[in-house]
Amino acid sequence: MVIVGAGQGGLQLAESLRSEGWTGPIRLFGEEPYAPYNRPPLSKAVLCGDQSADHLTIRGPDFFAKKAIELSTGTRVTAIDRAAREVVLADGGRVAYEGLALATGSRARTLPLPGADLDGIMVLRTLDDAEALCRRMAEARAIAVVGGGFIGLEVAASARKFDREVTLIEALPRLMARAVSPAISDWYADLHTRRGVRLLLSTGVTGFAGVDGRVTGVETSAGPIAADLVIVGVGVIPDDALARACGLDCDRGVIVDDFSRTSDPTIVALGDCTARRLPDGTLRRLESVQNAVEQAKSGAARLMGKERPFTATPWFWSDQYDVKLQMAGLSAGADTSVTLGSPEEARFSLLHWRDGRFVGCDSINRPADHMAARKLLDRGTDLTAAEAADPAFDLAARARAG
Amino acid sequence: MVKVVFIEPAGAEVEIDAAEGWSLMQVATSQGVEGIDAECGGSCACATCHCYIEGEAAEAVPPPSESELAMLDHVVAERRPNSRLSCQIKAEPMIDGLILRVAETQS
Ligand SMILES: Cc1cc2nc3c(=O)[nH]c(=O)nc-3n(C[C@H](O)[C@H](O)[C@H](O)COP(=O)(O)OP(=O)(O)OC[C@H]3O[C@@H](n4cnc5c(N)ncnc54)[C@H](O)[C@@H]3O)c2cc1C
Ligand code: FES
Repeated sequence: MVIVGAGQGGLQLAESLRSEGWTGPIRLFGEEPYAPYNRPPLSKAVLCGDQSADHLTIRGPDFFAKKAIELSTGTRVTAIDRAAREVVLADGGRVAYEGLALATGSRARTLPLPGADLDGIMVLRTLDDAEALCRRMAEARAIAVVGGGFIGLEVAASARKFDREVTLIEALPRLMARAVSPAISDWYADLHTRRGVRLLLSTGVTGFAGVDGRVTGVETSAGPIAADLVIVGVGVIPDDALARACGLDCDRGVIVDDFSRTSDPTIVALGDCTARRLPDGTLRRLESVQNAVEQAKSGAARLMGKERPFTATPWFWSDQYDVKLQMAGLSAGADTSVTLGSPEEARFSLLHWRDGRFVGCDSINRPADHMAARKLLDRGTDLTAAEAADPAFDLAARARAG
Repeated sequence: MVKVVFIEPAGAEVEIDAAEGWSLMQVATSQGVEGIDAECGGSCACATCHCYIEGEAAEAVPPPSESELAMLDHVVAERRPNSRLSCQIKAEPMIDGLILRVAETQS
């Protein structure tokens, strides 16, 4: 078995192959020079200096030996030869496979604007990015963050911890618009403003200014913003290049089904590099650890000739300042919401319904609500908004009761 | 170095010399202790690093934070008085000798 991409998903697939009973060789190829590591802390504890980078490694060398997983770091796969069932490595070497898993992840999107290649304009995707950013942040005076999604906001929060002047520029009228409900966006806009971030919503970036090749500012529809460090956090591009080149079906991501199957029966794909076809025909792209881990488990089962569909409720979290946001389900397009707890005290949850069906829960510093909502969503529940709006409603008890 | 012992769901004991400052979840996963998923990588956001703490040293472990307690209410295996999220316990000299029995299931 061959796995391309030694991130969180690729590692999980290797482990799941072993727990599914595969006893043959497993080769895990990763382009980065590191063994698989946790990416989420890169924009959180690592940037704040609360966690050192060597704590991110998921499995130590003994583990790979024990599980007989042959990890090759610093090794890029350059092509897939489906006819010969071989992958081609950067040095020209070829490795045969019986089953192949693509876990190539995604790359940070950059802005094709004037000045985008100036020194001091950075993205955050890898450990190397994070280390470079930490160094720059220590020297920076004024930081501009482009993009009010999770990564941009987490970076802004970390930068404020160092008392840096921070301006955050978002093109849409609200923060994290793709993932959370408007009430949560507004609450976070208020939080960041109170913590000293200058927020520019509904503001477009048109270019970057620089002197001697170094960035000095961001040009925006609201005028120029001075900055000696710019972090661009405007989403990711699924890395489906290998799959496209060998003719697998792709549409901004390798197209897979609930079993992580691609259009070639010997190849599965998982994680950030995929777009999952749902029963109603739409494609779902999720960039989360849970998505990578679940798809990896399904993919490993599939390579062993078993069926393990991905049915778990999607969930995600984000740490900004001392506030923990947890999301369960997908609440986009919700038409009814009920608030539990107290937004003023920074401890509340919003439960969401769409067309009368309970579809999701956003929790702020209420981890118990999040876990209970996930249980209900996993099971499929008839919880109604009227029931939840009753002052005596107890979400945890409802989750226990079913 | 702080000595801790993990007991895997299948019963095998794994003794580890943990570097100070590391979380016990990190210590366990990096050595490949079976049965700890740790999906959130230690953010206290997933409750899949659930263990039962035992032995004399269990008394010395600092008590769980409010958010850990809230997550513990929703672990998948049985919640017991000695249930803890291993990502929230740091390797420190005072917990030397701690035994962590990994929960039978995490998800
Ligand atoms: C800063 C940051 C914060 C995040 N925070 C959260 C969070 O709070 N919660 C959450 O759920 N998710 C978070 N995410 C997203 C999460 O990390 C990803 O969804 C997850 O890592 C995806 O795993 P993956 O295995 O699909 O891809 P990756 O982890 O990206 O791994 C892919 C690997 O494949 C390698 N690769 C690519 N092409 C090749 C090739 N041709 N040959 C060899 N190797 C190749 C890449 O170098 C990379 O190492 C965050 C991401 C970032 C960057
Ligand atoms: S690793 Fe997620 S709660 Fe411990």
